[in-house]
Amino acid sequence: MNLMRLLRGDTDAPEWYDFPGGVHPPENKTQSLRGPIAEFPLQEEYVVPLNQHIGAVSVPVVEVGESVLTGQVIAEAAGFISAPAHAPTSGTVTAIEDRPVPHPSGLTTGCIIIRADGHDTWRPRTPWAHLQDHHHTDLLARIQNAGLTGLGGASFPTAVKLAADRNHVDTLIVNGTECEPYITADHALMRERPQQILRGIEVAHELYDFRRILIGVEDNKPDAVSALRRALTAIPAELEARIELRVFPTRYPSGGEKQLVYLLTGQEVPAGGLPTDLGMLCHNVGTLAALADAVFDDRPLISRITTLTGNQLPWQGNIEVRLGTDIRTILDWAGYQPDPNRAERIIMGGPMMGFALDQRQLPLVKATNCLLVPTEQELPTPPPAKPCIRCGQCEQVCPAGLLPQQLMWFAQSHEWDKAESHHLFDCIECGACAYVCPSHIPLVQYYRFAKGSIRREQAEHRQSERARLRFEARQARLEREAAEKEARRRQRAEAARARQAEQATTPTADSSPADPVAAAVARSKARKQASQSAAGRATATVSPGAPELTREQLSARLDSQRRRLEKAEAKLAAAAPEHQKAMETTVSKLREQIHKTEQQLADRPEREA
Amino acid sequence: MLTPSSPHAVGNQSVQQVMFSVWAATLPGFAALIWFFGWGYLINAVLAVATALVAEAIILRLRRRPVWFFLGDGSALLTAWLLALALPPLAPWWIPVIGTLAAIVFAKHLYGGLGNNPFNPAMVGYAVLLISFPVEMTTRWGIPAALATEAHSLLDSARVIFAGLRVDPALVDGMTMATPLDVYKNDIATLDAAELRAEPLFSAGWRVYGWEWVSGLYLLGGLYLLWRRIITWHIPVAVLGSLTLLALLFSWNPDLRVPVDLHLLGGATMLGAFFIATDPVSAATSNRGKLVFGAGIGILIYVIRTWGNYPDAVAFAVLLMNFAAPLIDHYTRPRVYGEGRS
Amino acid sequence: MIILWSILALLFLAALFGALLGYASVRFKPEGDPIIDQIDDILPQTQCGQCGYPGCRPYAEAIANGDPINKCPPGGESTIQELADLLDVEPLPLDAEHGEEKPKQVAIIREDECIGCTKCIQACPVDAILGAAKQMHTVIASECTGCDLCVDPCPVDCIDMVPVETSIQTWHWQAPQPDYKLIATDAGRSGEAA
Ligand code: SF4
Ligand code: SF4
Ligand code: SF4
Ligand code: SF4
Repeated sequence: MNLMRLLRGDTDAPEWYDFPGGVHPPENKTQSLRGPIAEFPLQEEYVVPLNQHIGAVSVPVVEVGESVLTGQVIAEAAGFISAPAHAPTSGTVTAIEDRPVPHPSGLTTGCIIIRADGHDTWRPRTPWAHLQDHHHTDLLARIQNAGLTGLGGASFPTAVKLAADRNHVDTLIVNGTECEPYITADHALMRERPQQILRGIEVAHELYDFRRILIGVEDNKPDAVSALRRALTAIPAELEARIELRVFPTRYPSGGEKQLVYLLTGQEVPAGGLPTDLGMLCHNVGTLAALADAVFDDRPLISRITTLTGNQLPWQGNIEVRLGTDIRTILDWAGYQPDPNRAERIIMGGPMMGFALDQRQLPLVKATNCLLVPTEQELPTPPPAKPCIRCGQCEQVCPAGLLPQQLMWFAQSHEWDKAESHHLFDCIECGACAYVCPSHIPLVQYYRFAKGSIRREQAEHRQSERARLRFEARQARLEREAAEKEARRRQRAEAARARQAEQATTPTADSSPADPVAAAVARSKARKQASQSAAGRATATVSPGAPELTREQLSARLDSQRRRLEKAEAKLAAAAPEHQKAMETTVSKLREQIHKTEQQLADRPEREA
Repeated sequence: MLTPSSPHAVGNQSVQQVMFSVWAATLPGFAALIWFFGWGYLINAVLAVATALVAEAIILRLRRRPVWFFLGDGSALLTAWLLALALPPLAPWWIPVIGTLAAIVFAKHLYGGLGNNPFNPAMVGYAVLLISFPVEMTTRWGIPAALATEAHSLLDSARVIFAGLRVDPALVDGMTMATPLDVYKNDIATLDAAELRAEPLFSAGWRVYGWEWVSGLYLLGGLYLLWRRIITWHIPVAVLGSLTLLALLFSWNPDLRVPVDLHLLGGATMLGAFFIATDPVSAATSNRGKLVFGAGIGILIYVIRTWGNYPDAVAFAVLLMNFAAPLIDHYTRPRVYGEGRS
Repeated sequence: MIILWSILALLFLAALFGALLGYASVRFKPEGDPIIDQIDDILPQTQCGQCGYPGCRPYAEAIANGDPINKCPPGGESTIQELADLLDVEPLPLDAEHGEEKPKQVAIIREDECIGCTKCIQACPVDAILGAAKQMHTVIASECTGCDLCVDPCPVDCIDMVPVETSIQTWHWQAPQPDYKLIATDAGRSGEAA
């Protein structure tokens, strides 16, 4: 297409630039676009996880038993990269506890549980009519407090993005691509509420005064494009003049942030960098609509549009649903009948980048743009992986220009440095490579494994580095203290010598202070020897450096040790098989310690006598 | 592991399909081979495929791998098939058998099986045969049926292939010859190009009787694979391009050297360019790497054919470039998105 | 005669390449941290003394002087492997005399039982314990290396070592396990190319 343009001698900047790679999986979007966005009914209980965003886990600011109003802040952002959470409806906080949340690990995390009172009473709100009436600082604070995160799926706190340097940013990229199959949440939003998106653009424009605003939409959404076009005629000319609506051919993953930046501008985000490095901000249409809600209506992020799709669901379409709603309830509402004959996959997100949920009760979170329950015919279980035949198909489709199969080999053989030098961290985990792989190798899982392992190793290394610095600092401090002590001692000795000069006697030097760490090392060594030697000889193994204890102290220690033993035994009884061995060691260690203490206690009267 | 990682959708290609498509794409060429050169190719193919499947199954058992899982992927079958297409059709029966065993046992499984072989197994088999049994490998090529003095049946082919030394030498002579490339290369020392071109082998058809059709149909099959996106254009174009270029440069005088049309049509060039050099496992992987890899093969084919002693050179050219593939891959890494843009 | 010549030629070539290699190894000698720093960088810096030295750096010095590389239980197999790679020696199994590899732990002080004796503070090699005399003490979990040295000195035994559990924040994907990966000769070994 671009080549044609070049041949025609058309030298104007093209509508779009061709990025390498990409695939065309079946779109499957029409099923969920038959009707308008439905309002999901209020529920009795909401579970609000504290980690719905990338960054630090937010901190609860309500207590159990407290009643809350709709839109009230129930957890505050913890630090710069974080976001607050709000009560999705009015009611009472019934618990703050760990609950399972939608996450590939299936682990639990802190959640605030709210029992709804059914009135859905809002906290007092102060809508803004005109942005111009308000100071930028107020505007930013308002955005900050609204708990917005990227609604396209990445969940990066929006306020952090909007805090980018004002002087440096001149382009807004509006992502209406929604390239992932099945998902239509953004499509439905653009079709039904285009003016809301434009109002969100207005807010961002107020902050940045963009030179140009590029809205990118794939050409499989003609109704969304025409709705946006119509809405564009109704906004102030000053703003409209800067907005360009660009439509380009459908190809996965054109909605990846980096791919979209290239598609629309022909510029590449530097490796390891952000669009702001090019003076660009990139926001999803859903995020912008939520931004408008938050700023104009003072309505924080307590609901979102989610696509329910997959042929296992009798009702397919888009719903506007409060965050924290139980996913099982939503699927039941859509008429979902689990098929008893096979393990069902419920996928959060789309078929290319989403993850499968296990079958427990899970709350809907800010990132839940789609719930996909496919039949086996729709998304067959991948056949068992064969060895890589090095066919290079993966490389042909990788939008990042990587060598997926090389990365896979490196991940398999744990060659992290090579994986990194082959740009593992530029992989956007789009899954195009695994999609085309004729051997059905779970390539993306290899990359996630490698990235996770590398990150963990780096974290461990940072930590050991810190430990070393602290250790060295401590050594230095101890040396300094020892030197000071020595100096004082010498001074005193001098003085004493001066005083006692006539008596002509020299004071005996007191032994230099033992290094406590060395002592601790010695103690721990002694303890280890003790535990190896027979328990009967425990009396003989009182650590040399152990302090002399009174009877009370000893019996206090004995009590505490017995308590610990009880606890440990209870834990041992309940322990999972893989922890069994560790627990057994603990218990036997404790028994030994108790025995030791008892012996000491028995010894004590004789010594005290 | 709780749940599998994304993507949950998979494309509709599988290893089996890839192998099967490549196999299917050789069928027109294969049919032409039989049409022009007799049943020997069919017998070759049956022998090679049977040997391959049995050897593969036994080795998979020995290695305690799931036998049907791997046997079903068609890779052993394809290896044997490609080898059979490259072998002289009237060679004794043990030629395809030994070649296939070398390919499957040594070149494939001793290196770790599917996906791990650094060398193209079919070509390893071919090279082993060519080095060990040069006579059988160079003289037992089929005379095109239309040029033979009498017609030969499937039975005749079978007799030549299976009877070994006890077969009537006249029958063998009546059915076999060297390859056209060999013929041209040897005879050009005594004849000039015009005389040589007048021989029935070079004049009965359009260029070189029979082979032109075979090559053309291989080309067609290769285009089908391109269209199916099973191979990319890089390797075939580089092989054919570099071979053509060299032939134009050095073989401009047909009285001295084999001319370019015979290079392209008269031997295993098309088979090599589309079906053998493109074997993904042992080729370079990046697009630029494939160009280098293919160009290397084309150059080596020309060099070995012209200045070497072997009648055809595809096998050695491919194997030599297999050696270089890891190096090529190392130096032709594609530019990653955003690389060097900071 | 020809044999003599060829032997001479080979000798000459051998001498030439030998000289080249020798020159290269001197000329392009990799510069970098002194070896002790590199070893110390690999050691886990738990500072637990299980290796028999008062801290990781002394052990690093000992390794540089030829001590075996398998004495550090907190580092375990992976550290031994890295050391083996760095020093180009055979990796050895962990020397059981010094302890066994355990999952990472942190110390936790049961604060209501703490009598404020400051003994644990004195024992902690990385100053990961906060507290003052007669005041309740607490462990800074993010700085604790899990070295275990504070447990013993505590007169009332109120310090527990608990294994660090994977949370949603620290979890990451594991590698997929293709079942065809083990070949017969490797069956029974723990895995290839770990
Ligand atoms: S697509 Fe799969 S089989 Fe082909 S090279 Fe990539 S990883 Fe290997
Ligand atoms: S998942 Fe990573 S390696 Fe695979 S195609 Fe996408 S960006 Fe490339
Ligand atoms: S055993 Fe390991 S962690 Fe502990 S002090 Fe020695 S080197 Fe450091
Ligand atoms: S708190 Fe205890 S276990 Fe943790 S580093 Fe300090 S002494 Fe070691």
